[in-house]
Amino acid sequence: MSTTDLRGANDSPAQSAAAQMLLRVDGLGKRFGGFVALENIALAVPAGERLGLIGPNGSGKSTLVNCICGTLRNEQGTVSFSGQKLDGLLAHQRTHLGLARSFQLPRPFVSLTLADNIRIPLLYTVAKRRGSHQSAHEIEDRCGALLREVGLGDKARRLPRDLTQVEMRKLELARAMAAEPKLLIADEAMAGLTHSEIEDILSLLIRLNEQGVTIILIEHIMSAVMSFSRRLVVLVSGRKIADGPPTEVMRDPEVERAYLGQ
Amino acid sequence: MVFSLDLLINAVVSGILIGGFYAAVTSGVSLSFGILDIVNIAHPAFIILGSYIAYIVNANLGIDPILTSIAMMPAFFVLGSGIYQVYYVSFEKRGQESLRGLAFFFGLLFITEVTLVLYFGVDYRYVEASYIGPSWHFGILDIPMRILVPCLVSLLLTAGLQIFLTRTFVGRAVMAVAQDQLALRLMAVDPIRIKRIAFGVSIATASLAGAFLIIIQPVEPSVGREYIGRIFAICVLGGMGSLPGTVIAAMLLGIVESITATFYGPSWAPAVSFGFLLLTLAVRPAGLLGR
Amino acid sequence: MRTPVFLLVWVAISAVVFAGSVWLGNDYIFFAGYVVLQYVVLGTAWNILGGYCGYVNFGSAAFFALGAYSSVAIYRLVTENDLYGLPLPLLMLIGGLVSGVVGFGMGYLTLRLRGAFFAIATLALAVVLQTLVVNWDYVGGSRGAYIIRPERIEPIGNYIQYLFLLMMALAVGALTIARLIEHSRLGYGFASIRDDELAAEASGVPTLRLKLIATTISGALMGMAGAPFPYYIGYLQPSSTFGLDYAVNSIAMPLIGGTTSWVGPLIGALLLGSLQQIATVTISSAVNLLIVGCLLVIFVVIAPNGIVGLVHTYLQRKPEDFVGRRRVEAEMPGKVP
Repeated sequence: MSTTDLRGANDSPAQSAAAQMLLRVDGLGKRFGGFVALENIALAVPAGERLGLIGPNGSGKSTLVNCICGTLRNEQGTVSFSGQKLDGLLAHQRTHLGLARSFQLPRPFVSLTLADNIRIPLLYTVAKRRGSHQSAHEIEDRCGALLREVGLGDKARRLPRDLTQVEMRKLELARAMAAEPKLLIADEAMAGLTHSEIEDILSLLIRLNEQGVTIILIEHIMSAVMSFSRRLVVLVSGRKIADGPPTEVMRDPEVERAYLGQ
Repeated sequence: MVFSLDLLINAVVSGILIGGFYAAVTSGVSLSFGILDIVNIAHPAFIILGSYIAYIVNANLGIDPILTSIAMMPAFFVLGSGIYQVYYVSFEKRGQESLRGLAFFFGLLFITEVTLVLYFGVDYRYVEASYIGPSWHFGILDIPMRILVPCLVSLLLTAGLQIFLTRTFVGRAVMAVAQDQLALRLMAVDPIRIKRIAFGVSIATASLAGAFLIIIQPVEPSVGREYIGRIFAICVLGGMGSLPGTVIAAMLLGIVESITATFYGPSWAPAVSFGFLLLTLAVRPAGLLGR
Repeated sequence: MRTPVFLLVWVAISAVVFAGSVWLGNDYIFFAGYVVLQYVVLGTAWNILGGYCGYVNFGSAAFFALGAYSSVAIYRLVTENDLYGLPLPLLMLIGGLVSGVVGFGMGYLTLRLRGAFFAIATLALAVVLQTLVVNWDYVGGSRGAYIIRPERIEPIGNYIQYLFLLMMALAVGALTIARLIEHSRLGYGFASIRDDELAAEASGVPTLRLKLIATTISGALMGMAGAPFPYYIGYLQPSSTFGLDYAVNSIAMPLIGGTTSWVGPLIGALLLGSLQQIATVTISSAVNLLIVGCLLVIFVVIAPNGIVGLVHTYLQRKPEDFVGRRRVEAEMPGKVP
């Protein structure tokens, strides 16, 4: 399988170039019993990148995210974040290091209000990092601010079961943002949103990126992916088949084949 | 502790035979827990119920317990189906299985045990049959028939269950429901109905297992609790839903328990199954996502 | 209400209750009351791991009995070697320590796995500990152990009054700890684990560590409740000490009362405990256990949020709840700091 890999970051002779990569995935493989979900995935994401990750359903995108974030254990390969190998680190430790993700199928804390949902990462990730105690007032303000950023400000006291599917996705995103990550992986955060809502989320993500957050966007909505990504990675059947500037990747015949069939 | 080869071989053989029986006891849970992911810790209670029913019929009508239990299987099936329906509506649908579903089954276990105590008291009950008493002597082997017969019928039961799961449509649907409920729906099969049938089958096996139990040993209401550790240890070790694995794991546990009982005394038997359980849990670092 | 105020309020209530009981002059109140208070502790302790974290412990009896048997072992040590006896509060601390350590150890082995495996392991643990105790002659084995308790303890009065007071203090302590947890960061962490452990991990919650904390606190409190038990009952037998009634009660009381706050186990214990005391005297103890079991199943199926949940639904009834077929499933609102 050829990869349209214009960065060549994986084979870069200068180690210093590699060290500048915020996220490095090397030879990652994951099996479920006899089923190979991911095979030999290599990825290098520099700080500040806007990476789009696309691929047909079942190609392994969410599995890759799970392996990077520690929810699943990969059997082969390594993941490095800020130069540090993540092998053996639990998911919450990776979050403390600065990795955050939203779940493809929203997983809210159902017995807690929206504000409290946001409070959890604030209490357990941000507070841990700062070391100092944030006052209850500061935390409360931050919860409200984050909810307002995704358009859920007036629902802070509600429970997740009162939300629509779309609102739950926004909550997912807000919760991931609350962890103040260096790298945010948004897993299909825009499914089911209207055009203007997609625009809102996109500008939110771009704002975050301008503030220094590296973003990996996993999406099926091609217009959003194309406009947002500075680089595009394509996953098909557990393998990476393309990696480069979006327009070039979309012209790659193999990518066309994957989406349109033989 | 006197070590003798005779004792050891008899212990091993006895363990294998008891293991066959343990396999029958566990097969129902392999179905409900291993395949359907329902933590029915009340399974031993249904087994004891089966034992007592076999006892009543045997004491009053003199009928062989195994025959009674086979005749009772349809009733147990209906009972199991009904319980699953309540479980599904109350817990599975609401996503509350882990706390309240467990408490529900625990409540059932408890209610069954206490009700039996109220009706029958805590005296040990036993059955009479032609094969309880005589032993089969084969060289240095001394095999009591009351263990051999249940073991053989147990293996028949387990084999029958395996055929059901792999060769019949309903059985294969049961295996499928564990893997992909959506696909099943697309095939116009109602997963809830399939699970109901499967759970009914699971409880039906308890009827037969109950007869085996009371043939092998005298029974009183709290005996079921000893089996919880055994059942789940065997289920996990056997690979969660694999019936052949269950049989092997059951025999392994049977052998270890038998050797322990022979050389260290029977009062340590419960500790053996717990040790097994801890060991199997430690060896399977399945974590949160795996099984 | 801030925690010190909460504590003071309950201390005041306890003082009133104690004084009232002494004034009534009937020792039976103390004997029965001790059992009810014991259940307040057991139910609250269970709920810290069960209701707050969502991990079911079927082996409450094991932790309770560990506390009881540590007291027995120390009693033997003291009487055989003619040493000065240890005061009960110290025995309670020791019982709590033993149970806490065992809880931690068992948690360490099993909490990395699904909640179901943990629950099964706790059930098996109870059986194994009973086996160990039955085989350990030092604490009496299957024959049981006798404890001779003094008649009076000055300046409080009857020994039973002293036991009652101790258990009441422990109950207040347990309720305070539960409430403290609820309103702290720990409480939020526990709730996130209960609702979605995977998402909690992803949000930075160290789930294993928190679960271990819950298991240890829960086990320790149960052990502390068990430590004075030999002195209360005089004759300790493995079959009754490890009895299933402790397991079922410590589960039923929070589930019937309500699992989301400290109020639930308290209500459950007071209601069910008193009910059982009355039933034991009027009907029989086996029937009263049956009642508890049935109530547990009924409540778990029909009223998942317990009595507290029912009260909440009743108080929050709005007109639109009666429109259409929307069923109101009561849940406690999120915590407001």
